[in-house]
Amino acid sequence: MNDSTASTGTRVLGSITLVGFAALLLFGLVLSPADAAQGELVRMMYVHVPTAFVAFGAFTVTVAASVAYLLRRTEWWDLVAHGSAEIGAVLLAATLVSGMLWGRPTWGVYWTWDARLTTTALLFVLVLGYLAVRRLPLDRDKRAGLAAVVGLLLLPTTIVCHYATTWWRTLHQGPTIARADPQIDGLLLFTLVLGLAVFALLYVWMMVHRFRVLYLEHRVEDLGLDTAIAERRREASGALATPRPATGPVT
Amino acid sequence: MWRDAALVAGKDLRLELRSRVAINQVAPFALLVLVLFAFALDPDRGILARATAGLYWVAVLFSAVLAVQRAFAVEVADGVRDGLRLSGLDPAGIFVGKVAALAAQLLVLEALLGLGVVVFYDADVAGMLLLVPTCLAATLGVAAAGSLYGILSAGLRVKETILPLLLLPVVAPVLVAATQAFEAGLSGPTSDGWRWLGLLIVFAAAYVGLGLTTFDLLLEES
Repeated sequence: MNDSTASTGTRVLGSITLVGFAALLLFGLVLSPADAAQGELVRMMYVHVPTAFVAFGAFTVTVAASVAYLLRRTEWWDLVAHGSAEIGAVLLAATLVSGMLWGRPTWGVYWTWDARLTTTALLFVLVLGYLAVRRLPLDRDKRAGLAAVVGLLLLPTTIVCHYATTWWRTLHQGPTIARADPQIDGLLLFTLVLGLAVFALLYVWMMVHRFRVLYLEHRVEDLGLDTAIAERRREASGALATPRPATGPVT
Repeated sequence: MWRDAALVAGKDLRLELRSRVAINQVAPFALLVLVLFAFALDPDRGILARATAGLYWVAVLFSAVLAVQRAFAVEVADGVRDGLRLSGLDPAGIFVGKVAALAAQLLVLEALLGLGVVVFYDADVAGMLLLVPTCLAATLGVAAAGSLYGILSAGLRVKETILPLLLLPVVAPVLVAATQAFEAGLSGPTSDGWRWLGLLIVFAAAYVGLGLTTFDLLLEES
């Protein structure tokens, strides 16, 4: 019997991801040149930007899966929303930390109350709230429903936060890549795209495993419940070895 | 829907009139927060005067968390929520009623806090024309978001701790926008303040809309 959540598919996927990380290290630290303006610090971008993109993608999956859960009410969507939010939170934490390490030498501070930083920090706190709802000791269906609504509310909240903080103050640079004339050197751009691909693969890989673990956790819960019920039944039938005559309704 | 809303709002306001929890406990707490800020920020150096708008809204938000908790604690006791569900009232109407009652209490609280900042922080209320609509829009937004998260956390054993964690980041944009609008309003009405008022109105509209559409779901789940 298979005693892990791995399968041939995930092993292949995992191997590709690890090779991808090796390639990203090679391109990010050795082959790609230093940036004209930022110098060696630009290398932080190969972690910072991909984790941010993939994290935001992960939360989009959570919102979509929450909507799907509310429509379909199947365990599958619930598990997808849960797993995606967890992995997104880890990636977003990596984004925040790498951004701080980059910000200190570049801007002179670890943290600044810029629009995008503030929105990201708020999103992080919101997701922590979402994961707190996920850990509530409740009936599973009820918790899934509550979490789905909280997950659904992530989207409008993030949009409003974004606009509020953009008007408030902006220091973070605007989009660099998603423009008609990318303002970025060829090899740097390639490394960045490689980073995006690798982190996306990492997300899928972790997602499959997390999904399977969550699914098994639910099955263990069910099993525990079934065992407990069976035990109570046995106790009851043992105590009633000599069945009493059924006289009227049990009070 | 409007009749249902009026019934629910009437019930909540009547409860408040008889129990006086908001006026006897939440309002003093709000004033206490103002005083604590004064202790923390040395009043002689003018920090307090410069930060008045922000401190005012932080005090409002903290008090709003308490008010929301109170508004939904009364729904949990004695299975009132089940009663509401079985009553056949329109869920959207219940939502509007809760928001209206909560907003009314918050507005009284804000008036009191306004008096507080004028007295304690020596704030100069110049641009009433901007301050009043800002209060109205921000209050509606906070009451709508608060009602959504309030009903969501109402039935939980950890409701006291999970509500601030969920609600405060959501209303953070209100803090930013209302503070900016207030700063503009306190130094006389400027064109900058109106833009923030617009954002507050959008926020309020978004959460009222979300509440109207999802409150039946939340009432079922909670």
